[in-house]
Amino acid sequence: MERLRKIWLFYYEGFRDMSSLGRTLWIVVLLKLFIMFAVLRVFFFRPALADCETDAEKSQAVIENLIK
Amino acid sequence: MLLTTLVDLSRWQFALTAMYHWLFVPLTLGLGFLIAFMETRYVMTGDEFWKRTTKFWMKLFAVNFAMGVATGIILEFEFGTNWSNYSWFVGDIFGAPLAIEGIFAFFMESTFFAVMYFGWNKVSKKAHLVSTWLTAIGTNLSAVWILIANSWMQYPVGMEFNPDTARSEMTDFWAVVSSPVAINKFLHSVTNGYVLASVFVIAVSSWFLLRKRETLLARKSIRVASVFGIISLAVLIGTGDGSAYNVAKVQPMKLAAMEGLYDGSEKAPLVAVGILNPDKDIVGEDGADEDPYLFEISFPNMLSFLATRQADGFVPGINDIIEGGYEFTDREGNTYIEPSFVEKKAMGTAAVTALADYQTAKQAGDTQAMAQAEAVLEQNFDYFGYHYIEEPEDLVPNVPLVFYAFHIMVALGMFFILLFVLYIVFEWKNLIVSDKHKWLLWLGIISLPLVYICSQSGWIVAEVGRQPWTIQNLLPVNAAVSGVEPGNVLTTLIIFAVLFTAMLVVEISIMLKQIKKGGE
Ligand code: HEM
Repeated sequence: MERLRKIWLFYYEGFRDMSSLGRTLWIVVLLKLFIMFAVLRVFFFRPALADCETDAEKSQAVIENLIK
Repeated sequence: MLLTTLVDLSRWQFALTAMYHWLFVPLTLGLGFLIAFMETRYVMTGDEFWKRTTKFWMKLFAVNFAMGVATGIILEFEFGTNWSNYSWFVGDIFGAPLAIEGIFAFFMESTFFAVMYFGWNKVSKKAHLVSTWLTAIGTNLSAVWILIANSWMQYPVGMEFNPDTARSEMTDFWAVVSSPVAINKFLHSVTNGYVLASVFVIAVSSWFLLRKRETLLARKSIRVASVFGIISLAVLIGTGDGSAYNVAKVQPMKLAAMEGLYDGSEKAPLVAVGILNPDKDIVGEDGADEDPYLFEISFPNMLSFLATRQADGFVPGINDIIEGGYEFTDREGNTYIEPSFVEKKAMGTAAVTALADYQTAKQAGDTQAMAQAEAVLEQNFDYFGYHYIEEPEDLVPNVPLVFYAFHIMVALGMFFILLFVLYIVFEWKNLIVSDKHKWLLWLGIISLPLVYICSQSGWIVAEVGRQPWTIQNLLPVNAAVSGVEPGNVLTTLIIFAVLFTAMLVVEISIMLKQIKKGGE
């Protein structure tokens, strides 16, 4: 328990006392992740095999593409 | 036409994302070790100067790392959306191991990274040093599997195609990980990172010396970087030679494009510098009789030696590979007469037809016909992808791009030997601070864009050179691509171009600001 508390404090104090560079970098990273997962992934990068529910259907779809 | 546009746009999109991703990876791979060396000096000597120096480079490491984080994820999006046949076909290779590596990297980074940045006054000096080393090792380890996967696409070993699922299944894990292409590619790529990071440290330090600021930090950093750089460069060039040998064995068309070699020969010369003749074309086309070069200086016999380890070994050119009929010894040591394009295409069509027959037989519940079709598929599978290649010219990658990229990489490799030697001599002889030798500091600064160009050129050779294949001989780009609207691909391509440019501007401005601040 004491150990967990120490680990928590390590990260907590680390983030709390972070330099302004550290903060800027975190903002950039979070913004980037937001753009990637909440915008690009959702609106632009729908997996092409998403309509197939099972692996068997995916296999079938790919086989059809390969042999047509 | 529509398919060509779709394939081209999807390739542009992938190339742009991959090249952007590779702007950040090599610096992370190398700078981690340079920082670890510096911190080791600090722990060994107790000299606060080394702590300050370590912290300065660590700051730049953090900027580069934060900018690079997650840029690789976009490639995975593109696999699923734009290259769905390919992602399904490769099966296991991108499956569990890549995910395990991702999780491992996440835990490694969130633990040791945190200690590196948050732990200076909280853990012992030794524990901190161990974290720095583990961060450096961890970032290098997280490049392992993706490079194994890439190598498998260039040289697909240890896997078997399952006609029921249309996926490749790993049958021999060891063959996949110990593939000579994988080992060589890993070493060539990581040492590329070490050389790039060394040049980065030299360039930034040279800027300080020109400004007459942070002289001690700059000079000591140059010492560490130039020694690490030259040792890494020796391995980089050694593995470059290994790469060329592997390419000759597993992707002879790539080697022919790298050298602009249309007609092969024994005692083939290696072009040192050359300009390609734009009118030159492959056999059967109008420009077939043209000279391949407008100008060239070559080393006699060197290409034969590089490709076969014998000065008089036969190296096939583009035309030979299309026409076949020559004796070829592959990477496993099997010697056979190379089939022509037409023969390979016939085998590819036999394989694809067998896959269709297998499906029909399966639906009819005819196990005997299934077994027969499977046997035909297996027999012809090595050339499966040739079914989708329409014309012989579709087999030929963009020769000028591959040729010039290869020659730029090698020439810059030679130039970096000179650069590191000059820095070692001038630094140890105390000449580096003399106003008479400012040219060297400028040379160091100019080398920074050059090392990035060199590194990107390497991937252009590897990836453009293997066109049209996403998986060598098995799946060309036109069969690997998803049936999405070209307009959608164009939209995301434009979004990426804007987004990446904006991000790069942010990254460079943060980096420059931190460099200007110096050590704190
Ligand atoms: C000087 C001698 C060099 C030779 C003979 C050489 C050779 C090669 C070859 C043949 C490839 C293609 C490998 C493949 O397709 O599988 C390659 C790739 C590559 N090279 Fe080089 N190279 C040299 C120097 C360099 C230098 C100086 C750098 C960068 C500083 C570099 C960076 C790369 C990178 C990043 C790749 C892509 C990764 C890979 O395929 O290994 N190379 N090199």
